Amino acid sequence: MADQREPTVIVDDAHIVYRVQQSGGATSPLAGFKRIVTRAKPTTLREVHAVKGVSFVAYKGEAIGLIGTNGSGKSTLLRAVAGLLPVERGAIYAAGQPSLLGVNAALMNDLPGERNVVLGCLAMGMSPAEVKPKVKEIIDFSGINERGDFSSLPMRTYSSGMAARLRFAISAAKKHDVLLIDEALATGDAKFRKRSEQRVRDLRAEAGTVFLVSHSEQSIRDTCERSIWLESGKIRADGPTDEVLKEYEAFTKK
Amino acid sequence: MPQTAVADSDTGLPLKELAQRHGLGVAGRLPSLPEYTGKLWAYRHFIAYYANAKVTSSLGKTRLGMVWQVLTPLINAAVYYVIFGKILGTSNGVENFVAYLCTGVFIFGFTQSVVQAGIQAISGNLGLIRALHFPRAALPLAITFVEIRNMVASLIVLMAIALGFGEPLTLQWLLVIPIFLLQSVFNAGLALATARLGSKVADFKQLVPFIMRFWMYGSAVLYPVSRFKSAVHHPVLLHIVEANPLLVFIDLMRHALLENVELVATPWVLWTEAAAWTVLVGFGGYVYFWRGEKGYGRG
Repeated sequence: MADQREPTVIVDDAHIVYRVQQSGGATSPLAGFKRIVTRAKPTTLREVHAVKGVSFVAYKGEAIGLIGTNGSGKSTLLRAVAGLLPVERGAIYAAGQPSLLGVNAALMNDLPGERNVVLGCLAMGMSPAEVKPKVKEIIDFSGINERGDFSSLPMRTYSSGMAARLRFAISAAKKHDVLLIDEALATGDAKFRKRSEQRVRDLRAEAGTVFLVSHSEQSIRDTCERSIWLESGKIRADGPTDEVLKEYEAFTKK
Repeated sequence: MPQTAVADSDTGLPLKELAQRHGLGVAGRLPSLPEYTGKLWAYRHFIAYYANAKVTSSLGKTRLGMVWQVLTPLINAAVYYVIFGKILGTSNGVENFVAYLCTGVFIFGFTQSVVQAGIQAISGNLGLIRALHFPRAALPLAITFVEIRNMVASLIVLMAIALGFGEPLTLQWLLVIPIFLLQSVFNAGLALATARLGSKVADFKQLVPFIMRFWMYGSAVLYPVSRFKSAVHHPVLLHIVEANPLLVFIDLMRHALLENVELVATPWVLWTEAAAWTVLVGFGGYVYFWRGEKGYGRG
């Protein structure tokens, strides 16, 4: 039964540990010097065990919602699937190159929106010939031109919602094998949210797999039929969205 | 679709085998060097566009904009002309000292700005790196191209200065092109190496100004190369001091542009050294950067 469907992402008992270099650990040059001389482990380097032994298989054509309270390891897991963080133990396998789309993904703020569109498309590996017809399409989809010609203004003049919409539009312009979306749908207004949910459905129809991290239960309910609930780096539940969300709601209302 | 990972473990198939059967790759795997080079070549348009964007955005907020590309080297040369040519009036026994000095300052400045930008090529673009997948070497290479573009303007200013201070235009001036190409490849390797260093150890950035100043004083930018022979008496040490790649590039450029200039070695030795440094640093920097590819954007 499992062999009929093609897996696109396999996470096999993954552990992820962050090493964070903190500023402001040593309070004086003398304290810092003492640390070096005594070879003490730097207090500024801290380890955070963010994901503790997670396993699941995602299949082609699935949209999977990742839910959990703040700091439960959702974004960390996505970054590991994208190959941006190493796993401490276990392994993550993926078909093709998963692309992470996050709202904090910065492009070049001093450049106009339309040049950021070209830059983003080229950075996703499109050829200049492919990019040309896409530019207008992306800008129209993002809707940043609805209130005047914003696409020729530098991105630093955009509101955070507009910038997030443009970034989502750029990432969604390419057909991805695996698309990882981090809270992106939560930023736009209602109209844009509707459009982007439609776009996520289209991407899925094009036989990719979509992961969605969001705190908006509504957008998870609307786009994903399967959900994984992470809590303190462990999977609490994995199954149909309705069931998982019901458990999750019961947990958070406590 | 109620099917979950649990169901798969029920069939008794380990996840690792399932991944192998469907040909899934390990996320975040390091590509082989030829594979990586091919990928990088596929991203050449991105590199060019990014380099362009970088120039526009850095000068975009200034009123004069692109005019600064020519103004910067001109003002740079004017400062040295006023201090050394007019106020101090020292020539250190060098014929046409202003042209001699400007050649040193410009050639050294090329490498210096590449190193300064290279340090931040990765650490200053974490947003881009964490959001999108592309061979990370594209970033240090793009900043090298930015500096190459600036250097073209500087070279034109430099040639104008040499002509203005009475140097004749000879066939030897054509050598400027191969020297420039060699130094560009050398700088690209240096940018790649410093980009990785800067991304791993943030402390390194604090040291760069001192390293570069030490390097500048050791490269005969401000004084004649004959000083080495009178100051360094140990023959091995003298060879090491005179094999300094920037000294070699500066000397070659002086040899190409100026008449009657004293060199540290014969032109043949200098050309061999320049080629060797270019291959060593260009290729070495690339391999060193590639080996760290998996780690960029982490932490």
